[in-house]
Amino acid sequence: MDYSKILSPTVQSIKPSGIRKYFDIADSMEGVISLGVGEPDFPTPWEIRKAGILSLESGKTRYTSNWGMEQLRAEICRYMNRKYSLSYEPKTDVLVTVGGSEAIDACIRAITSPGDEIIIPQPSYVCYQPIVALAGGTPVIIETTAEHDFKLTPEALRSAITPKTKALIMPYPCNPTGGIMNRQDLEAVAEVLRGTDIFVISDEIYSELTFGGNSHVSIASIDGMHERTVVVNGFSKTFSMTGWRLGFACGPAPIMKQITKIHQFAIMCAPTTSQYAAIEALKNGDEAVKTMREEYDMRRRLIVNGFNKIGLTCREPLGAFYAFPCIRSTGLSSDEFCERLLYAEKVAVVPGTAFGQGGEGFVRASYCYSTQHIKEALSRIDRFLKSLQK
Amino acid sequence: MNIKLLKLLSKDSRTSTADLATMLGISEEEVRAEIAEMEHEGIIRGYKAVIDWDRLDSAYVSAIIELKVTPKAGLGFEDVAAKVMKYPEVESVYLMSGVYDLNVVVKGKTFQEVAKFVAKELSTIESVNSTATHFVLRRYKELDVELLGTGKDERGSYLL
Repeated sequence: MDYSKILSPTVQSIKPSGIRKYFDIADSMEGVISLGVGEPDFPTPWEIRKAGILSLESGKTRYTSNWGMEQLRAEICRYMNRKYSLSYEPKTDVLVTVGGSEAIDACIRAITSPGDEIIIPQPSYVCYQPIVALAGGTPVIIETTAEHDFKLTPEALRSAITPKTKALIMPYPCNPTGGIMNRQDLEAVAEVLRGTDIFVISDEIYSELTFGGNSHVSIASIDGMHERTVVVNGFSKTFSMTGWRLGFACGPAPIMKQITKIHQFAIMCAPTTSQYAAIEALKNGDEAVKTMREEYDMRRRLIVNGFNKIGLTCREPLGAFYAFPCIRSTGLSSDEFCERLLYAEKVAVVPGTAFGQGGEGFVRASYCYSTQHIKEALSRIDRFLKSLQK
Repeated sequence: MNIKLLKLLSKDSRTSTADLATMLGISEEEVRAEIAEMEHEGIIRGYKAVIDWDRLDSAYVSAIIELKVTPKAGLGFEDVAAKVMKYPEVESVYLMSGVYDLNVVVKGKTFQEVAKFVAKELSTIESVNSTATHFVLRRYKELDVELLGTGKDERGSYLL
C-alpha cells in the first residue's frame, strides 16, 4: 500500500524533530551525561501528590465539565489575579487543558484559517510552527537575536506584519533562549498591536521561573491587550507536574467558547486526578515553588558562570531553566558541536537549530540537574573545547 | 547567618568555595568568612561522609535504645545524657517526648556486642530505669541520601 497517498500532505511535510538522532545515539551509549532534558528533576511536591491520591481514594474518577472543574477554574482565576493582575471569569474565560501543549494547539486551530499568517519569534519551543501548518496557516518567523537578549523588538514585529497577519505567538519566558520580556519590552510590542486585529497567543508556561529580581509580566496585563490575548499556562514547569498533563488557557469569553469546542470533541476533559492535584497546587503550592526556584537559580548561576569560564559566551538567561551558550568560537555549527561533543565526551546538549534556524551558533543546556551533574558536564565540555584547540 | 549556604553545605559539604560563591552570588571571601563564623559559633559542627556501610564486609549493626530515666533534682536529664554520650559506641542521644526519655543510637560490630553494651553499660547507669533495644535491620535512607535504588534519571530525552 502506498501510504504516502493515504497520509495528508501537510502532515508528511512536517519535519520530524532534528535532534531525535542525538538522543538515539545517546541512548545507545554507556555513561552519557545529559543536559538535554526539558523537565524538572524535582518530583511533584508531596502535598500536591497527596491531593491526587486522596481524590482517587475517594473515587473521584469520572469526567469533569469540558471546561474543567469549576473549583479549579475559580482557583486559576484567583491565581492569575494575584500573580499577574489579570481578571478572568471562571465560568466563561478559562479552559483546563491537557498540558499547555493542548491549549496552544486548540488556540491556534481556533483562530487560523487557510492562508492566515501567524508570527512566531524564534528560537522558540518546537510546537508552534507545525501546529500552525496543520491548521493551514502560514508560519512567519521572526529571528530574535542575542544582541537583543532574544527579545521580540517592535521593529521586527512591525516588519513581519502583513494584511494576512492573524496572530502573534509570544513564547516568553523563552525555551530555549532563557529570554524574557519585561514590562517595557511588552509595552513596545503592545504599541504595535493596539488598534490592529492581530491576536496574541502568549505561552507563559515558564512564568514562575524568572530570575535576577525579574517577576513575570503577562502581555495580557498591558493596556488594551486583555481583549486580544489568550494566555496559556500550566502546571508542568511551575509545580514540577509534567506527567500529570495539565494546563490551561485564559482569554476573552467569545474566543474561549470556540476553543472549548475543539477541546470538547478532541479531549472531552482534562484528567480528573490531575485537576484535584492542581487545586492543591494553586492553593498551597507557593512555598514549594519558591524552594524549587531558588534551587534552579543556584544551578543557573553555576552553569552560566561555568560556560563563560571555559570560553563559551553565555548571556544570563533570566527565565525558564536553560542556558543558551554561543558556540561560534569553536568554528563548528550547532549540529557538529553537539554530535562531536556527544561522541568525544558523552555529553548531550541540544543544537540551537532544533528551535529554528536562528538558533545556529548556540546550544541549549538544561540545568534541571543536580549541581554535581552540571559540574561534571561542564568539565567534560571544557575537555572537549581544549581538544578542539589542539 | 546564611541559611542558603548552610543548606548547600548540608547537601554537599565538599562543594568548593568558588562554586558556593557562584551559586549564592557572593564573593569567595564572603563564603569563607561566613563559614568560619558559623564554625566559630558552633552552628557548623563538622563535615562527614555519608557511607553505606552495608556495602562493605565490615558492616556494623546499630540499634535504637529507648531509655527510661529518673530525672535528677536540679539537673533533669542532662546528667545522664552527658554520661551516655561519652561512650564511643553511642552515635546520637536525643531527649524525647512521649513514653520514654532518651533515644540512644548505638553501633557495634555484632548484635552480641551491642546487646552486651546495653546490658553492661547503659542499663547499669544510676537513674536509668529501663531499656528497650531495637536493632536496625536495613538502612534505606541516611542523612537525606537514599541508599536504595539506582539513582538513574528516569526522564526521557524528548525535545521539550
